[in-house]
Amino acid sequence: CIYFRSSSPLGGKRLSPKHKRHFLAAEKAEGGQADSSSQGAAFPPTFSLSEVKNKQRRHLMFMKLKQEKRKQKMQLKKKRRKEREALGDKAPPKEVPKTIENQRVYDETTVDPEDEEVAFDEGTDEFSAYFNRLTNPKVLITTSDRPRGRTVRFCEQLATVIPDAHVYYRRGLALKRIIPQCVARGFTYLMVINEDRKVPNGMVLCHLPDGPTAHFKVSSVRLRKEMKRRGKDPTMHSPEVILNNFSTRLGHTIGRLFAALFPHDPQFVGRQVATFHNQRDFVFFRFHRYIFKNEKKVGIQELGPRFTLKLRSLQKGTFDSKFGEYEWVLKRHEMDACRRKFQL
Amino acid sequence: MRFTPQVLIFGARCHVHLLSGTCFQQLILVCVCVCVCVCVCVSPQVIWDIIGNKQFCSFKVKTKSQNFCRNEFNLTGLCNRSACPLANSQYATIREEKGQCFLYMKVIERAAFPAKMWEKVKLSKNYEKALEQIDENLIYWPRFIRHKCKQRFTKITQYLIRMRKLVLKRQRKLVPLSRKVERREKRKEEKALIAAQLDNAIEKELLERLKQGTYGDIYNFPVHAFDKALEQQDEESESESEAEEEEEEDDEDVGRREFVAEDEVEESDLSDFEESSEEEEEEEEEMEVETKAKAKAKAKASGSKGKSPAGGSAARRKRAYVEIEYEQETQPAAKSTAT
Repeated sequence: CIYFRSSSPLGGKRLSPKHKRHFLAAEKAEGGQADSSSQGAAFPPTFSLSEVKNKQRRHLMFMKLKQEKRKQKMQLKKKRRKEREALGDKAPPKEVPKTIENQRVYDETTVDPEDEEVAFDEGTDEFSAYFNRLTNPKVLITTSDRPRGRTVRFCEQLATVIPDAHVYYRRGLALKRIIPQCVARGFTYLMVINEDRKVPNGMVLCHLPDGPTAHFKVSSVRLRKEMKRRGKDPTMHSPEVILNNFSTRLGHTIGRLFAALFPHDPQFVGRQVATFHNQRDFVFFRFHRYIFKNEKKVGIQELGPRFTLKLRSLQKGTFDSKFGEYEWVLKRHEMDACRRKFQL
Repeated sequence: MRFTPQVLIFGARCHVHLLSGTCFQQLILVCVCVCVCVCVCVSPQVIWDIIGNKQFCSFKVKTKSQNFCRNEFNLTGLCNRSACPLANSQYATIREEKGQCFLYMKVIERAAFPAKMWEKVKLSKNYEKALEQIDENLIYWPRFIRHKCKQRFTKITQYLIRMRKLVLKRQRKLVPLSRKVERREKRKEEKALIAAQLDNAIEKELLERLKQGTYGDIYNFPVHAFDKALEQQDEESESESEAEEEEEEDDEDVGRREFVAEDEVEESDLSDFEESSEEEEEEEEEMEVETKAKAKAKAKASGSKGKSPAGGSAARRKRAYVEIEYEQETQPAAKSTAT
């Protein structure tokens, strides 16, 4: 066996022939690298960093590579900026950065505002009764069996947000039996909050006189007392409704579904607004009180619960999970595969 | 008929190996000093002596108060001398399979044939008929077994009925959540929330609505908005007419001062303006004078109180006021003192 002097990096430990071979090889590589760095890249063209077995060395090489790249990028940026300044007014306009909304795959069901067919459909669908001011919304809010405290409080707060909403305990009743009774008593909406592990996680929204049933996944529920800087409790005035970004046919249907929850004429005196904002297939619900400070500025203060909805399925007709006809069902493998494709 | 062992068993521990479903009586070779091997079937009493209390029975489940028997053929489920299927050579049970009840019977004649030990009789679906069947099959059997069989059969039918009823009621469907998917969706939701910029969006929408006038005359801002928009309009498009009007206004300098003096009156004009028609404010977006006239016309059409001439003059006056401001810009020295 060969002894190394203590000045060597291994501190004079005894090396077996196998380690010795490795060490020598490493030295060679180092030497080679030192040579190459002084001469210029002498690596074979198919060299990749992952072939270097030594972790420290590999890491160092990678860092160097990154720094090089960063330097080049900065140089490029500087050059471009100089060119831009040189051109002055004639410079080409700044490029718009790519966002997911920009890159969204064009959905063929996107609604054109002047589309007559859509207008006709919407004039004769299940919500036409509401939009023609024939019915007033009346909502029944209930939960799944044996709700826990958080769900119960959530339901109560929802009832304050939606005017003319009534909360009833479920007590193990079957939905299919509840629905005819609701219709008989003049309810227009049935909202069932599903609960799992003491937290609301699903909502079934059923438009009653044989309207569509939507099943949502509910997430990020914040009750009133968990809100920061919130205002006082909402009053009994009817709020205004804002529906943002519902662009496709499906989005339109869902938007109308939400709109029909609230009475037609908002009472502006109350200065309350309920927002359903759709972003990338998530519908965010917020409830605010607003005040116009001047014509350019408005202040908003959040009251009321907030939650996020994601549509899982839309079924024609009232709630019937066995024999219902589904207009749209979330199929994860088809629909979630592309990150730039959205349904609502 | 019971076999009694005629040969004593010397110090031989016999563990009865019990396979599930079959009672297997081990043939024990007993060596007698005479070197004669005798095969003996162990009597049920002996079996009970062994497995009942003294030694191990693999079907027995011991709890603090009671012993249970896990054998499928057990009639009562308890570990008793009378209910043990291994320790009784004549035994009967009721078992159900897929909603069908069967009567199983074991007699001592078949004790040597484990494969054919249990006799299976299918019971009728009719409760009374089935009871009669049980009676007929178990005629001359011990009272205990007959009674327990009927009790067991009753219990089984009751739970089958309950099962059938439950199927008709609401079924709860458990949907499993995939952790990976949930995590991904949570992240997507966070990103979407950031991208949404909700507060900005809401504020923008509210201001849009204010501009379009959906709020009517609840707020006083519309006037200022109207003014500002008018200013912009004048700046952009009517530079020529400004030039002309400046000349005119030179002539009307004296008149202008009157207008300036009418600052106080302007408020009454304002109030008139507001009271005249609520819908006038709705047309704020149409800030051009031409369309303002149209708005006036519309207001008239929608039944305002006919103060349109006053409104019109107010508009004109307002417009003049605005022009004064322009004059200020061009001739600050002259007019700044006046205003």
